[in-house]
Amino acid sequence: MRLQYPSDINIILVPCTGKVDVLHILHAFEKGADGVYAVGCMEGDCHYNSGNLRARKRVEQAQSILETIGIGGERAQMYNLSSSEGPRFAQIAAEMDEKIRNLGPNPIKLAKKKAA
Amino acid sequence: MIVADRKPIEEIIAEIKEHEKILILGCNECVTVCEAGGKKEVGVLASALRMYFLNQGRDVKLDEITLERQCDHEYLEEIRDVIDQYDAVVSLACGVGVQFMAEKYHTMPVYPGVNTCFLGVTEKRGLWTERCQACGQCILARTGGICPVSRCAKRILNGPCGGSTQGSCEINKEISCAWQLIIDRLKALDRLDDYEQIDPIKDWSTDRAGGPRKVEREDVQQ
Repeated sequence: MRLQYPSDINIILVPCTGKVDVLHILHAFEKGADGVYAVGCMEGDCHYNSGNLRARKRVEQAQSILETIGIGGERAQMYNLSSSEGPRFAQIAAEMDEKIRNLGPNPIKLAKKKAA
Repeated sequence: MIVADRKPIEEIIAEIKEHEKILILGCNECVTVCEAGGKKEVGVLASALRMYFLNQGRDVKLDEITLERQCDHEYLEEIRDVIDQYDAVVSLACGVGVQFMAEKYHTMPVYPGVNTCFLGVTEKRGLWTERCQACGQCILARTGGICPVSRCAKRILNGPCGGSTQGSCEINKEISCAWQLIIDRLKALDRLDDYEQIDPIKDWSTDRAGGPRKVEREDVQQ
């Protein structure tokens, strides 16, 4: 299944999306990421029971902070899919890539360049 | 513990927007447990503020330090050597820490990063409820360990008021009637006779009615 997905997506592996914290998401944006999305297991299927549900809440928290500070909450997203859904993974990657391209680059990256 | 809640970022931004070098100061005690002002919350707030100011085209220095406590001299002394690098501090400690910080560093503007709410318990993660109002004259021995001062909306001391309905308080059905809880507890302890004893008028001078309070113990003073 040699599926293609946008090459500018940097995958960070975590044991469970429950490991993803608001701080990780914010730091990614601070370092210049244009968008961040967490891909967890299907809701109800978490090996650790509630890791993906916690991740969703943290993504929502990050969205609210990003919206408040003018970066845009849409740049952070949460998706759920099962490990056997390769085509869906590629589809989500393309979807997120398109969404972020439409939003344009992270304003922090531009501000940093201007300041330098 | 002292329970606090996070202040909206917009409110903090409005307070500190004129400053250029800001220290975000967390506290490792109560506000860490209630997830309002510990190391993690300091990190989140600092990161959000750094991005906000950058986005505004402003070069604001924002550093993060979390002290063991902000209500003791020795811990607040730990920032003595670095405090001059900043022109403002956002303290994520409770109101006690914010004030002690302001007293100790007299010329440094200090802004609160949390709203201090009450003395309470963690019922479950993300749910904290009030248990004590620090009235200074504890009556829990007579009330089966349930406090009518903090848990009764009227703070009444001799049985429920007429608003107690099926165990709930009249101000909100979600709130248990403290006196119903006390009666149930005394029943469980087989001490219901205690309920018949009328409490004398409480000395409220040890509560806030007597002004700011202090506890002084010469036996432990140096």
